[in-house]
Amino acid sequence: MNLISFFEKNGMITSFLIIALIMLVAEQISTRLLRKKIPGSAIAILLGLILAYYGGLLTGGEKGIADLAFFSGFKLVGGSMFRDFCIVSTALGVSFPVMLQAGKAGIISLVLGLVVSFVVGICVGLAFGYHDAESLATIGAGTLTFIVGPVTGSALGASSDVIALSVATGVVKAIVVTIFTPLIAAKIKLDNPHSAMVFGGIMGTTSGVAAGLAATDQKLVPYGALTATFYTGLGCLLCPSVFYLALKALM
Amino acid sequence: MLIYGLGLLAFSYLAGQLFGDFLGELIGVQANVGGVGFAMLLLVLLHNYFQKKQWVKANFDEGIGFWSNMYIPVIVAMSASQNALLAFNKGVLPIVAGTLIVIIGFLLVPIISKIKTTP
Repeated sequence: MNLISFFEKNGMITSFLIIALIMLVAEQISTRLLRKKIPGSAIAILLGLILAYYGGLLTGGEKGIADLAFFSGFKLVGGSMFRDFCIVSTALGVSFPVMLQAGKAGIISLVLGLVVSFVVGICVGLAFGYHDAESLATIGAGTLTFIVGPVTGSALGASSDVIALSVATGVVKAIVVTIFTPLIAAKIKLDNPHSAMVFGGIMGTTSGVAAGLAATDQKLVPYGALTATFYTGLGCLLCPSVFYLALKALM
Repeated sequence: MLIYGLGLLAFSYLAGQLFGDFLGELIGVQANVGGVGFAMLLLVLLHNYFQKKQWVKANFDEGIGFWSNMYIPVIVAMSASQNALLAFNKGVLPIVAGTLIVIIGFLLVPIISKIKTTP
């Protein structure tokens, strides 16, 4: 009997068991070693990222630890379907008056988040010696999210090297947001629904925002998700068109 | 019944995502635009309506609550299946760009948060 294929066949259930163990270990580290200074959920997410890196080293694949047969259930449970389904389920705790009050700030943050990310990406691209509008726009788009980068790159016909760079940039952004949000939340007053909506609009990376807020305060998740959910779609709309043309006109 | 709550959640999710996909196609992008947001809105509105009709009985809400409690475990699974290796083996540019934008973002959050709509 092949044990690995047994676990692969029962992938989703296996992943439930492993995640429960990760959460247990993280909770113990948080209470026993760190005296709750860093929440257990933040440590669990960090352990997840370490596993992802290790999985990438072992297999060379794109799906982190989920590329190992034993962990294959992680593809489903950690995929966008489960993630979005859980985000939607948190909506029942949302307060409409608070949401409307933050509406204007949310929209401003969304627009600013898109423009600033694109500009920062272009500046870094220039600093690294890229001078053609297509490559710069692709790197700028990757600084939005790891989905906007390749969508823009293939629309503009950028080289596959540059597209890979843009995906990597988006992944770094998601990881940095995940790790540092819980550590810096108090300093930037990210402790209420209003600033969570602003945060979602400025960062935009759904994975980063979702994980960062989960590790900070679970009650803030639906507010951050509400603005972040528009970011990638709008980015895919604006980067290969308006932003690219504006960049070309400036060069 | 628990399954009715779960059914309502599933309906809201599917309708919202479908609308987001449709909106994406309409404006000509290969991405979902606001699907999760529309789904959340729909769930809240329908749940309010169900409550008024007194259809929310017994453990109806547990079918939804279970999934909001599963949120962190799912996020742990998500981080474990990220392409974390790519983030570090593509050289310095992604690390510089990806970190810089997050620092700027953190600085912007308290500034933009000052904007409040006064009713």
